[in-house]
Amino acid sequence: MTTADSTTTNSTLDPTTPAKIAITGLGRVFPVRRQDVVALDDINIDIPAGQFFVIVGPSGCGKTTLLRIIAGLETPSSGQVTVAASDGDRPLNSMIFQGDSIFPWMTVWDNAAYGLKARGAPDSQVRDTVGHYLDKTGLTHFADAYPHQLSGGMRQRVSIARAFANDPEVLLMDEPFSALDEQNKTLLQEELLRVWEENRKTVVYITHSVDEAVTLGDRIMVMTARPGRAKAFVDVPFERPRDVLGLRHVPEYGDMVYEIWDHLRDEVKQTQQAAAAHAGGRKRRLLGKR
Amino acid sequence: MTTQVTPQQSPAPAKTSPSPPRKRQAGGKNTDRILAVLSPVLLLVLWEIGTRSGLLDERFFPAPTSIFGQMITMIQDGQLWEHTGASIQRLFLGFWLGVIPALVIGIVMGLSRRFRAALTPLISGTYPIPKSALLPLILLVFGLGEMSKVAMVAIGVFYPVVLNTVSGVLQIQPIYYDVARNFGASRWRVFRTVALPGALPSIMTGVELGAGLGLILIALAEMVGAESGLGFMIWNAWELFQVEQMYVGIMVIAVIGFAVALLVKEIARLLMPWSRS
Repeated sequence: MTTADSTTTNSTLDPTTPAKIAITGLGRVFPVRRQDVVALDDINIDIPAGQFFVIVGPSGCGKTTLLRIIAGLETPSSGQVTVAASDGDRPLNSMIFQGDSIFPWMTVWDNAAYGLKARGAPDSQVRDTVGHYLDKTGLTHFADAYPHQLSGGMRQRVSIARAFANDPEVLLMDEPFSALDEQNKTLLQEELLRVWEENRKTVVYITHSVDEAVTLGDRIMVMTARPGRAKAFVDVPFERPRDVLGLRHVPEYGDMVYEIWDHLRDEVKQTQQAAAAHAGGRKRRLLGKR
Repeated sequence: MTTQVTPQQSPAPAKTSPSPPRKRQAGGKNTDRILAVLSPVLLLVLWEIGTRSGLLDERFFPAPTSIFGQMITMIQDGQLWEHTGASIQRLFLGFWLGVIPALVIGIVMGLSRRFRAALTPLISGTYPIPKSALLPLILLVFGLGEMSKVAMVAIGVFYPVVLNTVSGVLQIQPIYYDVARNFGASRWRVFRTVALPGALPSIMTGVELGAGLGLILIALAEMVGAESGLGFMIWNAWELFQVEQMYVGIMVIAVIGFAVALLVKEIARLLMPWSRS
């Protein structure tokens, strides 16, 4: 278990192997009422191919912004993200979004086939790939169902199938299970790992749950409260394939969770204080007006 | 901009059942149905009695039986078909002439802020003009032929559809656009797979309102400058003082309005299988 506190370099790579995802000097500033709010500050990460990389941070630390920048849905204010492409046809990334993101007006099948169809994959490939991932996620019998007929957990499975079927260079996941109850969450974590084991693509996974981070990740980045910086990097020693429930029996599991919490505690407190101060300030302003 | 209120995606009956137990509720529903049939029948019977007994002036309120008699005569001599057919044809042509540009303009306005900024004042500025006030102008521009009637319907259909389409597109959750972008969808694919289906529930509400408005305007336009159609038939009946014929015209228009509303609802159901319960 290696921990590098507040470092800006974290490469665990042999310098000869290029990173699958290389993030250097990344920053993002939002202008809010003529004032610049720094959401992300000097993020440097090298993620080797095949790593399950998890980012944990207090709410509002900019972790979703970071993922959206990696996805190309937002632009950074400084620095850059490079995703190494293995072949030209493949999309660079596919995202599993937080909350409901599958199209309510498409069947499960059409949702899962969305990426492949958008890039004009041949019908036979669409059929095989989508069929495979629906099978993997236990959705084969629901291929013709519409999302409103499915439970929240099933809908998130469609989202997983959609991202995997698109066969991207890297997979990005933004708190995909945060809206689910505990039991469903555990089930889906197991399924996600099972599907991922097949070809172990590089993953960047955002979560606010320390347990989830330790359960799923190979390496965890703990982020500071706003402005979001890398506070610590923690390697998770557990072997793969992992048993999501069995893992909780392992004594090191508790140690890992404790260690991450230790890094996170001050940041969470700081976020709360900032929120309280903000609310207090608003209250004062409102009272002052009267 | 006038915002049209759109119902939620599911046209299914609300599931909230009031407190009384099921059995009583089912009985209540049957009673409701009987009442719904009984009240118009009762009105017709009273009307019939009123006219025959001389309580109602037969010149203004001819007995329902004589109205139906007149209707049968008009069906037999083909007159009713001719007028109904003419009106429906104009309604049909005008409907598409209004709906298609309204859909295209509405979706483009919904997707592009620039277009919205440029076109909103034009559309909301002209929307409150009573369309009937435009009739003389339309007659001036298009003449007394078919085109003036078709244009009136098109104008009536255009506004509710365009306004509902814009608000329908704007109501789509931004996450769906993110998904489309993330999965590399082209502009045309975003239009086809996100904007259009996402706005469809609202669009169909607009279509239903538009079809109703089109019916009002066609009757009006046919009263002024036409040789055929239900509007003409009603106006002609007034001029010739054939009151029964007037009532027949009114009834047929009512039936068409009802049928169009049902048709639009059924089409909406077919187009949106995802909102079926």
